Amino acid sequence: MTQSNTRYNLMELMVCVASRQLEDGRTAVIGTGMPLAAAMLAQKTTAPHLVVMFEAGSAAPELIKLPISVADSYTQTRALLHSSMDEIMEACQRGMVDYTFLGGAQIDMYGNINTSMIGTDYQHPRVRLPGSGGANDLASLCWKTFVIMPHDKKRFVDHLDFLTTPGYLTGPGAREKAGLPPGSGPYKVITTLALMGYDPLSKRMKVESLHPGVTNQDVVDNTGFELLFADPLHVTPEPTDEELRILREEVDPEGVIIGKR
Amino acid sequence: MKESPEMVTSQGELFSPPDVDAARAFFAQKSRAMTDKRMSVNEAVSQFIHDGDYLASGGFGGVRIATSVLHEIVRQRKQGLGLSGHTATHDFQILAAGKCFDRCDIAYVVGLERRGLSPNARRYLESGAVKMTEWSNATLGWRYKAAAMGIPFLPARSLLGTDVFRYSAAKEITCPFTGQKLLAVPALFPDAGVIHVHRADQYGNSQVDGISIADYDMARACKHLIITTERIVSTDEIRKNPCQTFIPYWLVDAVCEVRYGSYPGNMPYEYYSDEEHLAEWLEAEKEESTLQTFMDKYIYGTRDFDEYLALKGGEERMQVLHELEPLKHCQEAV
Repeated sequence: MTQSNTRYNLMELMVCVASRQLEDGRTAVIGTGMPLAAAMLAQKTTAPHLVVMFEAGSAAPELIKLPISVADSYTQTRALLHSSMDEIMEACQRGMVDYTFLGGAQIDMYGNINTSMIGTDYQHPRVRLPGSGGANDLASLCWKTFVIMPHDKKRFVDHLDFLTTPGYLTGPGAREKAGLPPGSGPYKVITTLALMGYDPLSKRMKVESLHPGVTNQDVVDNTGFELLFADPLHVTPEPTDEELRILREEVDPEGVIIGKR
Repeated sequence: MKESPEMVTSQGELFSPPDVDAARAFFAQKSRAMTDKRMSVNEAVSQFIHDGDYLASGGFGGVRIATSVLHEIVRQRKQGLGLSGHTATHDFQILAAGKCFDRCDIAYVVGLERRGLSPNARRYLESGAVKMTEWSNATLGWRYKAAAMGIPFLPARSLLGTDVFRYSAAKEITCPFTGQKLLAVPALFPDAGVIHVHRADQYGNSQVDGISIADYDMARACKHLIITTERIVSTDEIRKNPCQTFIPYWLVDAVCEVRYGSYPGNMPYEYYSDEEHLAEWLEAEKEESTLQTFMDKYIYGTRDFDEYLALKGGEERMQVLHELEPLKHCQEAV
């Protein structure tokens, strides 16, 4: 497992790894929490022209603090556009939005996500979860979907209790057959153990790099389905001192995402 | 001509049919009179929200919500409502605590975004007391838009291939132009809607500052609309900046002046959310019994929203939340 070290914790590692995946000059609809911390860090490091949009209607704000809600005032500070949910979602449907960045309760090998319920009877769930929110729309309509979540067997499952948000569904060609826009789909998964992508042919989740101190076996032991591994398999670069400084001092000084120091 | 794609059917219940001609008949007789619609929240809820009605709540769960109306629905013990669970967080929490609804179109419920999940809202949905049909934020919003346009459905490209589609009441259709498989979402005409705004005149002409979320379409989809407003302003004030008017008076049935009406939610440019009180809600919800005590204190035991605000520190507390509001600082900085 990842060794605890004095320089950074797992949350900080995940946010730093995620931020580096976001290319400059792209458009992205981002959820609150860790995805937004990654986007803010990217804007302050490698992607200063990343356009952040929120599904509730704010676009291209100058973010000064992590919002609690995707609609709250902190999503709207010095924005270029205060619009509406249909404006943002229709931009996604039109093909104008490159990225979306989501979390989830369960994910499977094709990057399908469950955020609706745990249990087997829809009308009588064992645990009722929030539902799609905007996630189904965003993962259907944006070009590339990022997911960030802790890595364990309860979350990385062979079979979802409910398929809320589409990944590659049942595999190659399934999104297109279902009617989803061609060329869209899952792109990267950032976890506490690894950075993963998807095999272009089988559309299955594939480990691209292991975080420092993590072994193949650690990832296998914490995943409920069979993963593919890139060859050669890299080690995820550690957060730099500069990334950590910006993350701690400017992105999340209160430690709501990365924890209090 | 492309081959017709294989169609999949959904199994969710359609709680509110997309009957556009019935809607036209309703809107044909809706008053066009520019009359003074000011009234108390108590009167507005008594007059425009009835047991069994289908309700829509504007804003975004904990941002620019009409808290006073939601409390009053609970206080008047409305029963058997249908609910549009669109971006629903604290609004859903309030109505679930009052056990006011028994059917729900779900896009986002139970969750409180970064604050976690509402234990009581979870219990309520897990109990089987509420019939559920699944949607997403965009598709439920587009249901309002179809209604606002006066058409029975809109085509869209999400939900396809997922369990959300399976448990929705949407349908798959073939595009008559391209032969592509599309989703059809049915128009939703709620019986009543509630929206909190920054300013409105006595007739209901309303303006907001900041994002409008789905309220533009929701206001047009609802048969009856209750507006609560931070301030009543003159019609001249509205006419100075008509491009900001997003709800004209003819959509509106009641105008209630409720200063701090989104509390404990955020009201952009006015006050930030009261995270301490929202945490108090979550704590009280852990057990049925503590929730009952909490509800007795804050909702059933208060006469109106002002009494509730007073219990939470009144004007003094609101000044603190005003100081915490970032958009105010942004404005000042410019």
